[in-house]
Amino acid sequence: MLLKPLYHGHVPLRTIDRALMVISCSVGAYFHPENNNYIIGLGESTAFKPVLEKLRDGMLSDKTGRQILRERPRITSSSLNLNYLKNLPSNTLGNTYYKWLEREKVSPDTRAPVKYIDEDELAYIFQRYRECHDFHHAIAGLPITIEGEISVKAFEFANLGLPFAGFGTLFAPFRLNATQKKRIYQIYYPWAFSNGVNCKSLLNVYWEKILEHDINELCKELQIEKPPDLRQLRRLQKIKNRSK
Amino acid sequence: MFLKSTLKSSISLNRSANAYLNKKSFSSSSLYFNNINPNPNKNSSDHDPTTHFGFKTVLQDEKEKLVHNVFSSVASSYDVMNDAMSFGIHRLWKDHFIKRLDAGMRPGGQPLQFLDVAGGTGDIAFGLLDHAAKNHKDTKSTMTIADINTDMLKEGQNRYSKSKFALENPSRIQFIEQNGEILDKVPDNSKDIYTIAFGIRNFTNIQAGLNAAFRVLKPGGIFACLEFSKVNNTILNSIYKNYSFTMIPLMGQLIANDRDSYQYLVESIEKFPSQENFSNMIRKAGFYVPDKGFENLTFGVAAIHIGVKV
Repeated sequence: MLLKPLYHGHVPLRTIDRALMVISCSVGAYFHPENNNYIIGLGESTAFKPVLEKLRDGMLSDKTGRQILRERPRITSSSLNLNYLKNLPSNTLGNTYYKWLEREKVSPDTRAPVKYIDEDELAYIFQRYRECHDFHHAIAGLPITIEGEISVKAFEFANLGLPFAGFGTLFAPFRLNATQKKRIYQIYYPWAFSNGVNCKSLLNVYWEKILEHDINELCKELQIEKPPDLRQLRRLQKIKNRSK
Repeated sequence: MFLKSTLKSSISLNRSANAYLNKKSFSSSSLYFNNINPNPNKNSSDHDPTTHFGFKTVLQDEKEKLVHNVFSSVASSYDVMNDAMSFGIHRLWKDHFIKRLDAGMRPGGQPLQFLDVAGGTGDIAFGLLDHAAKNHKDTKSTMTIADINTDMLKEGQNRYSKSKFALENPSRIQFIEQNGEILDKVPDNSKDIYTIAFGIRNFTNIQAGLNAAFRVLKPGGIFACLEFSKVNNTILNSIYKNYSFTMIPLMGQLIANDRDSYQYLVESIEKFPSQENFSNMIRKAGFYVPDKGFENLTFGVAAIHIGVKV
């Protein structure tokens, strides 16, 4: 039985397949968050239509959001010109993003294409979310460690309301040790929730067009404050542990 | 009417072929293009022969390439996936296949020439030689492993180089890249035993594969095929089908990061002829097929087919 695909790369699934994906990917992602397949599967199978439609409405009601939906920009290393970003002044968004990519040793090309969402435009919205995830990291300065990822997920959940981010926010901290849990609950979650709720919808930010903007002004405009540097905190904790 | 249906199938081919030829770097791409217009100037002849690729219809010329891509992408996680999908039962099937053949040089006899087709990763080939050595003290019979896919052959060669065969007598085993329907590098009447395990289902023209097997075997030579087949019990069949179509592509997606190849796998199993039909195809190639000619394994999920060249 073949369901009709609606866009290039679309793999239509039956409800039972989707349900199985939610279960297996949530178990897999909990025990092996480093395996990208589980994260991708969980994200797409839990992106229910009403949630994505609400996001689309949010984008349609904002001028920049509408522009993004019209132009459908994609973020890849070719669309972004990393050399240009490298040479921008250090207070710009572009340079901050570039420095973050270098520090975490990642590339913008690591985002898999969306396959399991049953509508062309909604699939684009989810793809945009996936590709902007790194910008969210960069603007908050959070690393790709498990704590950093959980914090960014919490931030995205508070801002966008995706169930997938919610699952991560709720269950992932159980994997952490005591110090990490303390940090998460006392510093990063409060930061994520207060900032996520207050700031402008992240999907309505046309990142590619504001690469030259000053990052502090941008943060003020978006109403985001930067949280404490997580890598720094971990380093200090390690020193403390060693001296004990 | 006929022109319309061939036009439709050549359109679907155009999309599928293009999808695979323009394959992107991350996992396997879907075979569907929905918003690409087929070339209106394409000359589609009235008689473009088509075949099935799982449930999709493709031109015969393209099937080989598509199958090639499937096996290139599954090569590295082949064993893990086989274990996961069959809960390890595939090992029992293969062991039984080897034991039943009970091949090996008998005392006072000549060493045997084995040919294992679509044997890429080598598990059957090495298993056969091990059995011959253990049960018949045969350390002289030679093995040729043929596969159409170089990535699978590389996996096989990798394993061979780590095995004891490489140390003892390297000239016993050779790997050749061959299309099982032609076997141009294999001379007529040159092999004693021809084995093919879970490979013939992927042939574009299964009868041609059987005919080639007949050609290369010596008179008295044995053809042995282990392949997925039809489950004989209706209730078990519906459970099995449900499991295949739901769980296997999901496992492919999560373990091997490749849902499409495993979707192809379950569809190709569905398309394979039944036990009786396949036995008849073996007879048609010229083989003598004793009794029914097949043995069901696990209620028909897999079956062993035997033929003798007389």
